[in-house]
Amino acid sequence: MNFYRKGRIVAATLVFVAVTLLFLDFSGTIHRYLGWLAEVQLLPALLAVNVVVVVALVLLTLLFGRLYCSVICPLGVMQDGIARLGLRAKKNRYGYTRPRTLLRVGVLVLFGVLFLGGVGSLFALLAPYSAFGRIVTNLLQPLWMWGNNLLAMVAAHYDSYAFYEVTVWWKGLASLLTAVVTLVVVGLLAWRGGRTWCNTICPVGTLLGFISRYAWMRPVIDTEKCNGCGLCARRCKAACIDPKSHTIDMSRCVVCFDCLDSCRQGAIRYEVRRKKGPAKQSQPTDGARRSFLTMGAAVVASTVVAQQQKKVDGGVATILDKQIPNRQTPILPPGARSASHFAQHCTACQLCVAACPNGVLRPSGGVMTLLQPTLSFERGYCRPECTKCSEVCPTDAISLLTREEKSSRQVGHAVWVRENCVAASREVQCDNCARHCPTGAIQMVEQGEGKAKIPTVDAERCIGCGACEYLCPARPFSALYVEGHEVQRTL
Amino acid sequence: MNTNDKKQVTRREFLRRLGVGGAFAATSLVGCTPKGRTADTASERRPDAAKMTYRTTPTTGDKVSLLGYGCMRWPLVDPEDRNSPMDQEQVNRLVDYAIEHGVNYFDTAPVYGRGLSERVTGTALKRHPREKYFIATKLSNMRDFSREGALAMYRKSFEELQVDYIDYYLLHSIGGGDGIPTVRKRFFDNGVLEFLLKEREAGRIRNLGFSYHGDVKAFDYLLSLHDEIRWDFVQIQLNYVDWKHAGRRNTNADYLYDELWKRGIPSVIMEPLLGGRLASLNEHLTTRLKERRPEESIASWAFRFAGTPEGVLTVLSGMTYQEHLEDNLKTYSPLEPCTDEELTLLEDTAQRYLRYPLINCTDCLYCMPCPYGLDIPAIFKHYNKCINEGNVSASSGDADYRRARRAFLVGYDRSVPKLRQAAHCIGCRECVEHCPQRIDIPAQMRKIDAYVEDLKQGKHF
Repeated sequence: MNFYRKGRIVAATLVFVAVTLLFLDFSGTIHRYLGWLAEVQLLPALLAVNVVVVVALVLLTLLFGRLYCSVICPLGVMQDGIARLGLRAKKNRYGYTRPRTLLRVGVLVLFGVLFLGGVGSLFALLAPYSAFGRIVTNLLQPLWMWGNNLLAMVAAHYDSYAFYEVTVWWKGLASLLTAVVTLVVVGLLAWRGGRTWCNTICPVGTLLGFISRYAWMRPVIDTEKCNGCGLCARRCKAACIDPKSHTIDMSRCVVCFDCLDSCRQGAIRYEVRRKKGPAKQSQPTDGARRSFLTMGAAVVASTVVAQQQKKVDGGVATILDKQIPNRQTPILPPGARSASHFAQHCTACQLCVAACPNGVLRPSGGVMTLLQPTLSFERGYCRPECTKCSEVCPTDAISLLTREEKSSRQVGHAVWVRENCVAASREVQCDNCARHCPTGAIQMVEQGEGKAKIPTVDAERCIGCGACEYLCPARPFSALYVEGHEVQRTL
Repeated sequence: MNTNDKKQVTRREFLRRLGVGGAFAATSLVGCTPKGRTADTASERRPDAAKMTYRTTPTTGDKVSLLGYGCMRWPLVDPEDRNSPMDQEQVNRLVDYAIEHGVNYFDTAPVYGRGLSERVTGTALKRHPREKYFIATKLSNMRDFSREGALAMYRKSFEELQVDYIDYYLLHSIGGGDGIPTVRKRFFDNGVLEFLLKEREAGRIRNLGFSYHGDVKAFDYLLSLHDEIRWDFVQIQLNYVDWKHAGRRNTNADYLYDELWKRGIPSVIMEPLLGGRLASLNEHLTTRLKERRPEESIASWAFRFAGTPEGVLTVLSGMTYQEHLEDNLKTYSPLEPCTDEELTLLEDTAQRYLRYPLINCTDCLYCMPCPYGLDIPAIFKHYNKCINEGNVSASSGDADYRRARRAFLVGYDRSVPKLRQAAHCIGCRECVEHCPQRIDIPAQMRKIDAYVEDLKQGKHF
């Protein structure tokens, strides 16, 4: 195996494992060391206007070709893994195809339009890093958590506190379905044709393809040594080697170095560019390749209201599960600034959902904000000391907050529902909401002789953390629920 | 880590380890002297039926075993589920073993174990000759003061226990409510006491007495009527902490015991272990007791203390596990009374014990079910465990604060489901009147909740 290919495989494996761990981890420890890996992803960096990262990635591509696609992008590495399995079934299965530039540019333009138009939902479906994040959080994280819970059981047996149990809960059909469909579509394409997805649909691939045409270093076929066997083309998962013309389409090449190994004549070398790349050729679009988009739409149509997983425990009095109230405005994570800013900047990668320790964040089922995180308080509330989601967000959709900022960031306000309140309707003494309100926005007021005090909300002081909603004894609907705000502000 | 492990040994494990340790010590002697103790001698340390200490009642001449079986905490089919039925087979085994080893006093009540205890106890005992055991049950008319209600409850006990006479019948939990007026309403104004005295004459009740918690005026009042009523026995809470330090919500046991002793009334002892809290002490106190009697459990000290006064008829222990039963049988077969020096040591242990502010919950479950779903005893148990193991920090600057914080929070989620934790207490106060230890449960819940919040928010305190 040549040096380049070996290096690529080692680096890609390391990055892939690290990014996967990032999405699996619920304790926040891994993020401290590997969080930067989410920030060097191209789309998140663009959204975060992270100039350093964007310039670095452009330079990397200009110098060495689409190394980003073969090493840094987790979805790309995942495809390489699946393609490897495909090769076991049938060797030398690939072949040169002409570039489908129209489809590629078309998708990129659509992507740009969706982004600028603020339709974050569809735009997020295509973002490679986010697609990978959804696959891991939806399909792999539950297994990871169950494994952890097994360890926690063992630890509890030995009176050790090394592991603690976490709740695995149902976060909604939309996100699960999206993850499954993405995995199946991308996986099938990878099995059959290697990097088909990256070179037809992926907007990041197209974008980097524009740059990599001018790459300084590139694989080159030495026509004097080449005996025209065409083996390189059948091994090329990007389908970009044209053995007849001895050219390699650098806009599609992901610099995997497989061809260097495949050539028995040693005719392919990775070296500094000598002459201009081949002229581009345009081809009609392939209707079948659009299937992914159609399926994406199907997902939107089948969006179902998120349901709560039933919790089983051996208690005494039965405790009804809380139900999600009908909120007029969804609640956004603290630090999201505004609904429009958030919709445009969030790629729905689920990193914050995976990291939320309070069971508050979950992917939204709304069409315009599909899979972008939203808050609800059935399993906990947005604790004042916690800033996890803003720490992990790579796109600046949730801007980094200090604890002080977080505890004064108003994401919504509580609304009191008299009919549900045990103090008002059943005249039971209860001030659990007022007692737990971190900003003192709830005051208990007299209702006359012999009557229990009832809570009142000062919406001006309320930050919408949901402590009152979560801790309210009324079930399944709390007597206080939080209405979201379109624009967040600091009190 | 090693020291933590030592601290976190539960009583059960502790006994198991003790057994292994004993066996090891015994085998190591074999090499030196051929006639020395062998590994088998470890099993000789098992309880011996012939050696059980018995005390005799003055009125009926009953020969009662010093170890009495408290039937409040029978094993459940699913120990994790507080709503689980009782495990009759396991109960039968425990009862058989106890009777085989000389135990003959079984104490239950209509309200014990969600009302299931009498039936389960009666079923287990029915398999033995009636003259082999004494049954104690109670009139638990704490909620309904009517004569009809009380009589129905009395008759139901016969049915549940499947007997035609009751050996020891108690007016249950005198001193609750508002003291004397409640006692009068429960037993005097409705003529229930008069009825019970007639039942005693008829032989359906062989011994009549009462159990006491709380307001001492009620206790004094009933004793003042001793000449008329002739109490055959009285049940009191006695252990080396309550002896002189019962606190303002209960009465010191030395006073209660002396009052009974003066009148020649035998005392039946409840809470000898203070709801299990005297079965495991902190490291320092454990070491001091272990130095004196290395092979005996910490609980055995409490049992020896409770059995030492001669006026004690029997000491009740709610033994859920076979290991506890065996350990207690060992302690009382026969009783080795505490020496004066040991009594001084235990008094000092009590004083040091009280420096750690444990919540005096005995896990009697009278407060349950909480209408808002809290698991009150489990919360208190976790808190007490953490205090005993040094996991409740006095200040966030403590040297091992981070470790203690993790142990407290992770252990909290482990022992109490999130929705049943202290944060969900709304302070409705329904539980307060049911607590025989008179704990201000909502106030304690708030205290624990506030502490948890301090930990979670990482506040400096």
